[in-house]
Amino acid sequence: MTGIRVALAGNPNVGKTTLFNALTGSRQHVGNWPGVTVEKKTGRINRSGHAIEVIDLPGTYSLTACSADEVVARDYILEERPDVVVQVVDATNLERNLYLTTQIAELGVPVVIALNMADAAEAGGCAIDRERLSALLAIPVVRTVGIRGEGLDDLLDAAVREAETPPHHEHTVGYRNDVEAMIASLVGVLEADKDLAERYPLRWLAARLLEGDENALAKVRESPVSPRVQALLSTIDPDECEAAMADRRYDVIAAVLPQVRTAGARGMNVSEMVDRVVTDRYLGIPIFLALMWGTFELTFAVAAPFVALIEAGLARLSAAVAGSIGPAWLASLVGDGIIGGVGSVLVFVPNIFILFLILSFLEDTGYLARAAFIMDRLMYAIGLPGKAFIPMLIGFGCNVPGIMAARTIEGERDRLITILVNPFISCSARLPVYILFAGAFFGAAAGVVVFLLYVLGIAAAIGSAKLFRHTILPGESSPFIMEMPPYRLPTAGTSLLHTWSRGVMYVRKAGTIILAGALVLWCLASFPFGVEYGSSASLAGALGHLLEPLVAPLGFDWKIAVALLFGFVAKEVVVGSLGVLYGAGEEGDALSTAFLADPGLSAATALALMVFVLLYTPCLATIATIRKETGSWKWAGFSVAYGLVLAWLLALIVGRIAPSFIGGA
Amino acid sequence: MEPSDQNAPLRGAVTTLDCIGPACRCRIVGIRASGALRKRLLAMGMVPGADVEAVRAAPLGDPVEYRVKGYALSLRRAEAGQIEVVPEEE
Ligand SMILES: Nc1nc2c(ncn2[C@@H]2O[C@H](COP(=O)(O)OP(=O)(O)O)[C@@H](O)[C@H]2O)c(=O)[nH]1
Repeated sequence: MTGIRVALAGNPNVGKTTLFNALTGSRQHVGNWPGVTVEKKTGRINRSGHAIEVIDLPGTYSLTACSADEVVARDYILEERPDVVVQVVDATNLERNLYLTTQIAELGVPVVIALNMADAAEAGGCAIDRERLSALLAIPVVRTVGIRGEGLDDLLDAAVREAETPPHHEHTVGYRNDVEAMIASLVGVLEADKDLAERYPLRWLAARLLEGDENALAKVRESPVSPRVQALLSTIDPDECEAAMADRRYDVIAAVLPQVRTAGARGMNVSEMVDRVVTDRYLGIPIFLALMWGTFELTFAVAAPFVALIEAGLARLSAAVAGSIGPAWLASLVGDGIIGGVGSVLVFVPNIFILFLILSFLEDTGYLARAAFIMDRLMYAIGLPGKAFIPMLIGFGCNVPGIMAARTIEGERDRLITILVNPFISCSARLPVYILFAGAFFGAAAGVVVFLLYVLGIAAAIGSAKLFRHTILPGESSPFIMEMPPYRLPTAGTSLLHTWSRGVMYVRKAGTIILAGALVLWCLASFPFGVEYGSSASLAGALGHLLEPLVAPLGFDWKIAVALLFGFVAKEVVVGSLGVLYGAGEEGDALSTAFLADPGLSAATALALMVFVLLYTPCLATIATIRKETGSWKWAGFSVAYGLVLAWLLALIVGRIAPSFIGGA
Repeated sequence: MEPSDQNAPLRGAVTTLDCIGPACRCRIVGIRASGALRKRLLAMGMVPGADVEAVRAAPLGDPVEYRVKGYALSLRRAEAGQIEVVPEEE
């Protein structure tokens, strides 16, 4: 059996993920590209005696070396030499998609075009003569419909055929005469360096040098021919050459298109009609706000029965455990520790899944791009790009995927700021803490209090973004250049898959970090052996007493100090550990009653506590994600320290001024 | 380019893309930006010679959605201001 490596390339939003999933099914492996935080997905297929490995390259508009995504895609094709590159092309948007084709073809690898979204193109009355397109480009073109899995076999066959054919002529764009002359002289010079000639297609390298491509310049810097290359380059204007080449690529495409495409009448299409309303000057913002509000309403309303179900199940399980497990300490470990700890996270699973489902839906339909369009002006004022809005929105569900969503932001500083302020966006794990305290102390006004906390979180994020922009990460925010993809009706499959992959991450967190945290908590609350669980005499109690002086100015006692400490594992654990410490169990009502009976807890203290929980140190999973996404512990550590300081200060202020508003402690 | 006479509307005069009103068409004649921004713009089809139509501004006035090379692209006015265009006659 021979192995064939197939790299999937393409613009963003062309259905590449859908096609990759359809091709590889569940046989996927997700990792990272070496050295960068760009996700690398690979999958294996066996087909007619070939072991095919499919590598999903990041979605890019071009192969210049401007963003991490582009460098990854380009270096993979250039250095790893896949047997064939399959470019997924959006049939409804040939012109811009083929621009990337001209760049991939220049790299001298066999290429196959998957003409995806063929259904959408045909529905729009646009007919594409595939054979003619294939003949003109000298590239096989296969019709595919990713969402229905159509054309996959043909695509694989074409890829295998191309991979096995010895490389034919290089099919590259012919540039303007003077540019071609320069390329020829550069190639003449470069040929003298055998190493370079072996590693890179010289025509491609010469063209990049003409454009002043940093990455390409670095490749020849060490070469003995470097001085002669520099001498040649000193005579040209790289900006002008670059524009001339880009222009020429589009010219070639413009010459091909009329021969292969009979465009449907381009009247008012559905996307345009929707956009007229959705991005309308007066309606745009209200619709956006209504959608966001609806998202959260649905998240909680739809999830409620499932949450109740899980709670009931956990209660049964605890009861069963308590009744059947022998030694009391083991029953306590399983019941209080494992079921209590992990259960406190599991109850959010329905909320998280539904939130992710709605967000995936908004993303897959193309609405999120409109949201960024509408919000950009505001985000810009904050010092962030419009795209930073999406990570923030997702952060309301959970900061982990929120921070991961910052990957779509190109500027490194913008990305860092977006990541660092994300923990202030109040994730759903903090909600149970608010519900508990606001419910116990603010009665009918609880809703307003919770709302204000969300607002405070947003304000903290904005203020911090401004602060970072002016201090540790100075500079302009990166330009906003965003495609507005046409609206698409996502299939249940794509949205569910997106939801699933994000949701599973959350559950995995529950299964690992939180389980470990729960066990540590149980140990601290149970030792030294023989003490009453979670009492003042336990290790947890001792720790709390140790920390008490630090939080005393905020009005918190040792119990709260312990709960906050454990909230570091995951913020929802704060509720569980208070339950343990107050000896009230997980039941919300019992705990509220216990709070009200505690003379040390006033409404003002409760408010300060909620503020503290909102802002302090992100949970363990978030810290791990920050570390992973920024590539350094430095930023993760910074995030922890900054959050603690900010939380302490604001909780202090709130605790001091609150009494004058809510009628004293 | 010929010097335009007096105060007649400057047909064919070079302006920048951010000055193009909604539903107006124009043709790109130059890109002032350099570096990464330039590469991005070129890759997204904002090349000299391309026809561009301003579609609409966002509710808060910025960014602006354009139609170029058969698809929709949105840019901030700051970036659009780096693109030199000649308005097209109706
Ligand atoms: N009509 C149609 N929609 C598709 C097709 N392939 C993907 N989609 C939809 O296009 C959207 C973007 O797809 P996705 O795979 O996430 O694109 P990516 O950004 O290229 O990975 C999703 O809503 C898909 O359901 C197709 O062949 N036809």
